[in-house]
Amino acid sequence: MSVAYTTHNRMLTVALKGDIDHHRVKGLIRDLEREIDEVLPRQLIVDCAGLTFMDSSGIAVLLRLWQRMEELEGTIQVIGLPDQPARVLRAAGLQRLFPLE
Amino acid sequence: MRTIKYTNQVSLVFPSRSANEAFARSAAAAFAAQLDPTLDELGDIKTAVSEAVTNAIVHAYPDSLGKVELKLRLYPGNELEIIVRDWGVGIPDIEKARTPLFTTGNEERSGMGFTIMESFMDSLKVKSAPGKGTTVTMRRRIALRAGGKV
Repeated sequence: MSVAYTTHNRMLTVALKGDIDHHRVKGLIRDLEREIDEVLPRQLIVDCAGLTFMDSSGIAVLLRLWQRMEELEGTIQVIGLPDQPARVLRAAGLQRLFPLE
Repeated sequence: MRTIKYTNQVSLVFPSRSANEAFARSAAAAFAAQLDPTLDELGDIKTAVSEAVTNAIVHAYPDSLGKVELKLRLYPGNELEIIVRDWGVGIPDIEKARTPLFTTGNEERSGMGFTIMESFMDSLKVKSAPGKGTTVTMRRRIALRAGGKV
């Protein structure tokens, strides 16, 4: 699991690669929050194209990011979702909170 | 009681270390491959196994390492059975544990584990006794594809 950050005019893009599960998620939430607190983005793009697997641990990650962006009065968008993570997020109803593509 | 005998079985026993979550779901996918599943079906199996094994690792043994067993069985009719067993603290209220968004875990947990298992599998049974452990049994029928063998 790896994360790459790109910032452009207070638009933060977070590219996630590899497997997201309980084992990997421990440090991930902390790292993402640290980056958001530094950039204070208006727009957060979560690029999931490099994800190879995600279980409900990923739901916790995205809910935390959504909550943080609500606090910052910004937006969050999830893009590039492969089928397997998309099925998990949709089963949890996350498409009702923010766009999943 | 199920009377039909399974046609194949593997059993894996490992300590409740989170590094074993990836191993468990990959092993389940490798075993399920003999049913000729689609990528979506394989994804569903990996997800359900990941959820059940993570529950055992996070909740069954909160302050210690314990034993987790993953049993995979094939039944006639292209049906896969997944059994995840632990000998940990048990679940005091199974109905509550299965409620969406309910979690006794920290903010790294979403409380959606059982909901995901239920929506990705055909059936889910949970047996638990406080102090004795928990057994989660899931079933999933894999669709026979044109040209596939019975």
